[in-house]
Order: sequence, then C-alpha cells, then structure tokens
Amino acid sequence: MFIIKCPYCGERDHSEFSYGGEAHINRPKKPTELTDDQWAEYLFMRKNIKGIHYERWNHSHGCRRWFNMARDTSNDKIHSVYKIGEKPPV
Amino acid sequence: MKNKYSIFTLIKNSFSYHENWQKAWGNPKPKSYYDIVIVGGGGHGLATAYYLAKEHNLKNIAVVEKGWIGGGNTGRNTTIIRSNYLWDASAGLYDHALKIWENLSQELNFNVMFSQRGVMNLAHNQHDVRELKRRTHANRLNGIDCEWLNVDQVKEFCPIINCSPDIRYPVMGSTLQRRAGTARHDAVAWGYARSADSMGVDIIQNCEVKGIKRKGDSIEGLETTKGFIKTSKIGVAAAGHSSVIANMAGLKLPLESKPLQALVSEPIKPIIDTVVMSNAVHAYVSQSDKGELVIGAGTDSYVSYTQKGTHEIIEGTLKAVLELYPIFSRLRMLRQWGGIVDICPDASPIISKTSIKGLYFNCGWGTGGFKATPGSGHLFAYTIAKDEPHALNAPFNINRFVSGDLVDEHGAAAVAH
Ligand SMILES: Cc1cc2nc3c(=O)[nH]c(=O)nc-3n(C[C@H](O)[C@H](O)[C@H](O)COP(=O)(O)OP(=O)(O)OC[C@H]3O[C@@H](n4cnc5c(N)ncnc54)[C@H](O)[C@@H]3O)c2cc1C
Ligand SMILES: [Zn+2]
Repeated sequence: MFIIKCPYCGERDHSEFSYGGEAHINRPKKPTELTDDQWAEYLFMRKNIKGIHYERWNHSHGCRRWFNMARDTSNDKIHSVYKIGEKPPV
Repeated sequence: MKNKYSIFTLIKNSFSYHENWQKAWGNPKPKSYYDIVIVGGGGHGLATAYYLAKEHNLKNIAVVEKGWIGGGNTGRNTTIIRSNYLWDASAGLYDHALKIWENLSQELNFNVMFSQRGVMNLAHNQHDVRELKRRTHANRLNGIDCEWLNVDQVKEFCPIINCSPDIRYPVMGSTLQRRAGTARHDAVAWGYARSADSMGVDIIQNCEVKGIKRKGDSIEGLETTKGFIKTSKIGVAAAGHSSVIANMAGLKLPLESKPLQALVSEPIKPIIDTVVMSNAVHAYVSQSDKGELVIGAGTDSYVSYTQKGTHEIIEGTLKAVLELYPIFSRLRMLRQWGGIVDICPDASPIISKTSIKGLYFNCGWGTGGFKATPGSGHLFAYTIAKDEPHALNAPFNINRFVSGDLVDEHGAAAVAH
C-alpha cells in the first residue's frame, strides 16, 4: 500500500513492482572454498530488519529494470531509491 | 487454585450477573529472577510455559508479552488445524499437535471449541492431482487419516463448490482429512494462560523485551520495559518478531517477516460445514460459529512489520473465492486484518537450541503455526527443560540450514495454512 518512485519511470503504485529480497548480499567469489556455515549465511540467513531495510525491487510491469530501495519496515515509509551498483545511503 | 468451570459455576455466577467470576490469570510485577523466561505471550509461548510447569515440574517461570496475550498471530489467524503434511518429520510434528487438540478442552478445563469438521484441499490441474494423491499416500503411510475425493464426491461433501468444468481453474478432485478442523483462537491462549497461572507461572503483559544481556556464550537476562529480569534460560516464541529478538542476542535467523491477511464476511446462516482450501487459486474458506465466512488471503512479498497487507492481495483472493463459490457474490465483507508471519526458506518451523547457551527459539511457523500450538509448546518445553530436543522436533533444529537437511513443505504449507 505504497507508491514507489522508480528511478527510471517515476512514481507508480507498488503493485507494478516485484520484490527481490534483501539487497547487497554478494555472491561468493570463490564458491568452492566456502564452508557449510558460510553457504548457510549466504543462502538462508537474512537481516529481516524492523527499521530501515535495504532491498531490491524490479519494475516488472513497467521498465522491467532492477533498483534498490531503503524502506522502513516498521511503517512501510520509503526513505530513498537508488540504482543497482550505487552505495546504500546512510 | 482455579475454580473449575462447569455448568454449575455458570448457573451460580448468573445469580450475580457474571460480575464475580474469579480472575483467570493475575497481573504480577516481574520478579528479579526467573529460572526460565518465555518471550511472547501467544499460544506457543503460553503453551510452552504450561508444559514446563506441568510436565517438567518447573515453577519459577515467567511469560513476558509486549502487548496483551493472544494479541499477535494467535488472535489473528483463520484457525485451521490439520496434520496432512508430506514428510515424515512434519507428519510426526503436526499429528502430535492434532492428538493433543483432541483432548485439549478437557485438559485445560477451557472450551477451545475444537471442531473436527474436516479440511479439504482442492486440486485444479493435473499437477495438483498428482501432488495431492501423493500426499494422501504419504499421510496414510504415516498413520494420518486422508482420503481422495473425486469431483462427484467433492460436490457431495461440499455442495456449494462450483464444480463446473467451465471455470478458469476447474475442480479436479480433493483431499479430505476428517480429523482436521478449526478451534477458537483466543480460547487457546486464554486456556493455557489460565492453567499456567494456576501452576504459578507469572504472565506479565505490557512488558516488551528490549535487549538480551549476554556473558560470553551464555545469557544473563533480559532488558524489558519493566526493568531487567535475570534468568538462566530464555525461550523465544515471538513469531513475526523472532529476528528482532535474535538480533538483540547477536544472532541471525533464516527468516523473513511478511504480512498475511484474512477477512470475514457479514454473518449468514450455516452454509459451509467444513474447511475448503485451494493452493492453486489462493483461497480458503470456513464458517465461524457466529456465521461469518472466514477467508484467508495470501502474504505480501516484502518484509514488513506493519500488521497490514495490501489491497490487491485481498482482491485476488476474493476473485478466486467468487469463482469457486458464485453463491457468495452478494455477501459483504465485514472486517479485514493482517498479522506478521515469520517464514522459513523450507516452510517448516524451527524449535531449537542456538549457539548461545540457554537461548532457545521457537519460530518460523509462518502462515501455519496455529494448528501446532499444543504440540509446539509441548516440544519446546521439553527442549528447554532438558536442553536437548525431543525426537519429534530434532529434525526442526536451526542447524538444518547449515547441514542442508531441510524439511521442504512448500507444497503442504505455502498458501494453505
Ligand atoms: C491472517 C493469518 C491467518 C493464519 N491462518 C492460520 C491457520 O488457518 N492455521 C494455522 O495453523 N496457522 C495460521 N496462521 C499462523 C498462526 O497464526 C501462527 O503461526 C501462530 O499463531 C503463531 O503463534 P505464536 O504464539 O508463535 O505467535 P503470536 O501469537 O504472534 O505470539 C507472539 C507474541 O510475541 C510478542 N512479542 C513480539 N515481540 C516481543 C518483545 N520484544 N517482547 C515481548 N513480547 C513480544 C507479540 O506481541 C505476540 O503476542 C495465520 C496467521 C495469520 C496472520
Ligand atoms: Zn521503471
């Protein structure tokens, strides 16, 4: 129940977008050298934060491009939207 | 001791206009030390405290709840109870709970209104048919009652379902678990609270846990809005807020918390005497004793703690409901609400010790933990008291995400609760 400002298209109803989960989880550079604990961390463990959450979204019913967003999960207020590759705002 | 509820106490109290009933549980101030503190006064937390006191003879126990007991998902769910899960581990876990449900009202001397009205799971395509037949066989091998109904039998068992072959997702059959059904959600929390209180458990409401004090690899106590509580064991049963509590202890869990919604219609005369669920079209319906249709919707995709979901989720559910039950087309919806459910990657729960000594988690029940309330409390109590899991919850340890020994129940758990 919120409006998302796609960095490419502007403000749209959130139903045009798909959620892509927690952002900034890097794919392991050397997967063969990972321990089971490290795999579990990468695959399954999530911050699941109540507060500012950095997450990925896709404008699936629009420009179809991915971007990142910082949203407060305690009230669904969006703090900022930023492009893939950009550093998360503090 | 609590006075026993019976027809006689009901009559007796009617003479004083029901104004002199004994309090069902107290309102204690927290003591400075407890042997065990349970975080979260939902059904799971209260049941855990009850079984700790009753079966493990432990007395110095508190349940701390940030709001009022049963005000979380326990009081927000659609109350479907069943045990027809696919894998042996889940069958063991959920049927353990179902067996306790069958005598729970007597055991607690509190009418939890457990009603074994049967639960149907509809199939709408060839894949559903194969999957549900497979589950029927798996259930029966595990000693769980389950039947396969063909379309004619579906029509006979629940006549208001639209079984026309012309609808977008035609009904092609259904499973039926006759021992499954519903119960009164509040009563479960209240019944456990009342019995736990009478055995000396302190139920502390309006007391939010704000921090966990650690000393190396063990715990010292809890920072709460009612002060510091020293304890040697903490059992967390905080549903959607599990990760928040885990973070306080420096742990991460494999959970995502998402809104899940439900809604009820205006009350009508009895029209559906069973529970009908459909994974494929994302709709399930039962009727409450007050006559309201109780309709479960889906989860939103994103992490949120707002306890409200989006409109489009409800819209999608109602579309599916109307195609399956055209007879409901002119019903008005009365209320809608959301709860925050903690979802595990394999759609199975966690009842487990953690890497921190004395800290235990009962979480990840996601969209479907109400049905497990008695069993979950029973096994969590065992795990906390003995500091080792019971055979039934051993597969649901937190380490399965490292070992890869997942209990994948997406087919049985995903939408259907
Ligand atoms: C809309 C909806 C429909 C559902 N339908 C079904 C269904 O049909 N069948 C089924 O089996 N399951 C269903 N579920 C899931 C089910 O409700 C839950 O799995 C179950 O009730 C969880 O019980 P609980 O006691 O663990 O959690 P809760 O009842 O949520 O209790 C957790 C408690 O912890 C408290 N808490 C949180 N943080 C803190 C803190 N920091 N300090 C102190 N206390 C804290 C909360 O206030 C809350 O009262 C549904 C859920 C929803 C939301
Ligand atoms: Zn766009």
